[in-house]
Amino acid sequence: MTTLYWEEEIETLPRVGLESIQLRRLQHLVSRVYRTVAPYRRKMEAGGVRPEDIKTLADLRKLPFTVKNDLRDNYPFGLFTVPMEEIVRVHASSGTTGKPTVVGYTQKDIETWANVMARALTCAGAHRGDMVHNAYGYGLFTGGLGAHYGAERLGATVIPVSGGNTKRQITIMKDFGSTVLLSTPSYALNLAETMDALGVDPSSLSLRVGIFGAEPWSENMREEVERKLNLKAVDIYGLSEVMGPGVAMECLQTERGMHVFEDHFLPEIIDPDTGEVLPEGEKGELVFTTLTKEAFPIIRYRTKDISRLIYEPCGCGRTLVRMEKVTGRTDDMLIIRGVNVFPSQVEHVLMSIEGVEPHYQIVVEREGNLDTMSVQVEVSENIFSDEIRVLENLSRKIQLEIKDLLGVTCKVKLVEPKTIQRSEGKAQRVIDKRKI
Amino acid sequence: MRVEQIAVFLENKSGRLAEITSILAENDINIRALSVADTADFGILRLIVDKVEKAKTALKQNGFTVGKTTVIAVEVPDRTGGLASVLKVVETAGLNVEYMYAFVNKTGEDAVLIFRFDEIDKAIETLQQSGFKILTGEQICAL
Repeated sequence: MTTLYWEEEIETLPRVGLESIQLRRLQHLVSRVYRTVAPYRRKMEAGGVRPEDIKTLADLRKLPFTVKNDLRDNYPFGLFTVPMEEIVRVHASSGTTGKPTVVGYTQKDIETWANVMARALTCAGAHRGDMVHNAYGYGLFTGGLGAHYGAERLGATVIPVSGGNTKRQITIMKDFGSTVLLSTPSYALNLAETMDALGVDPSSLSLRVGIFGAEPWSENMREEVERKLNLKAVDIYGLSEVMGPGVAMECLQTERGMHVFEDHFLPEIIDPDTGEVLPEGEKGELVFTTLTKEAFPIIRYRTKDISRLIYEPCGCGRTLVRMEKVTGRTDDMLIIRGVNVFPSQVEHVLMSIEGVEPHYQIVVEREGNLDTMSVQVEVSENIFSDEIRVLENLSRKIQLEIKDLLGVTCKVKLVEPKTIQRSEGKAQRVIDKRKI
Repeated sequence: MRVEQIAVFLENKSGRLAEITSILAENDINIRALSVADTADFGILRLIVDKVEKAKTALKQNGFTVGKTTVIAVEVPDRTGGLASVLKVVETAGLNVEYMYAFVNKTGEDAVLIFRFDEIDKAIETLQQSGFKILTGEQICAL
């Protein structure tokens, strides 16, 4: 029988109790950061707020935000609060859009992380005795090692397979009897497709549950992955600036949202334009404050992820607030002729059309002064016809449904199978060729 | 009375047709008839070959999307009015032609018309009743 909770007491604590823990930890954090990190102190002074002003959890909104650029400005170690000899590990973002951002962990941070990750795995029904196939990339990216330590803490057997080398991964799944898969959702589809090409029937494998994260994915994509890999797909959330994977996790009982491990990570939802905290239940940008991290605590970090917080009790008995599946990021939002478009919305439309494969790419160009969006869709046997009319009707249907849902006219380009690059980690859904 | 035809999805990119024909050649598959239908963005290649399953497998293994459909092949004398006589019967019977293409057989005496109908059984019955000769797949390959 599976363990329902990893730390039952804290996961099911009445909210009053939880909030008093959060407040105590927040006050302690703010005074420590104020004392030890000059950039935080300067920002607080500029905003006219002192640690003793934090009297309730609602006072959190008095504190200034932290953004990605603050991490870059203090590259590499400027926001660490402990001497370097206390730091036992660093991770870093890829830095594709500028300087990488670096985060650090003390021994205690690594333990906290393993613990929340073990909680996350337990939410997905994983337990001691499971064969955890960890296809998140190992290295500077937090995904691989974060999940790894959590699975070890749980007492499961970890296969540290990392990303790539897809055929070998399938052999390993078969031979080792992998029961729990951890990967990005786009890589899970790559696995499914490769299995199909190799003639491996997913129902002959032992996979029971897949824990997918690190990129936004739609509900329709979930159904697709579940069907193609013959497993239950659950969503995990995390980001390196806050900790890594294991910040929030879907449980098997919920129908909506991931439980935020809010005794460690305090969430808020703000209006991305004004920075105002939004009323409970509204959709906006997710902001996190770490409550227990030692080496690299962060105050009101703007994640750019769009979500909403759900406070209704969950069927699993956890009292922890749930965050809705991330539907997009404020920075991967495309503005096409004034209309906001998220790649996940396009995905949602495509996946709702029978037979359409989950491999797609959005190409944005500027012709003259006009933005054009074209959606490339692979023609699989399921949608192929020997009649031009049928394929043209399909293009038109996709076009109309995108127009209906998003209010933007796009071109649909049908392409040959396997011409859209397959994901080895995070999928590239958008090619923006506009030179603005 | 039905003939199996394979259809292949093609993006409008140079060299795709050449690639398909070389794959078929390497697998010792003979093309008896073909037609390409195209739009600005993509095309559909339709082929009648001597080894249908083998052709389908070979093309699929090379990453093409391949479908299989049934068409009918009508043999008419290769002279003026040959096609018109068939189409007249088709029209009278109210049959809808999705598409068609034609080729002339080796002797040069007869033409073979390939038709894709919605209602294939009704089409076969109508054409036979009007005295047209309908070929089987084997007969086409033997021409």
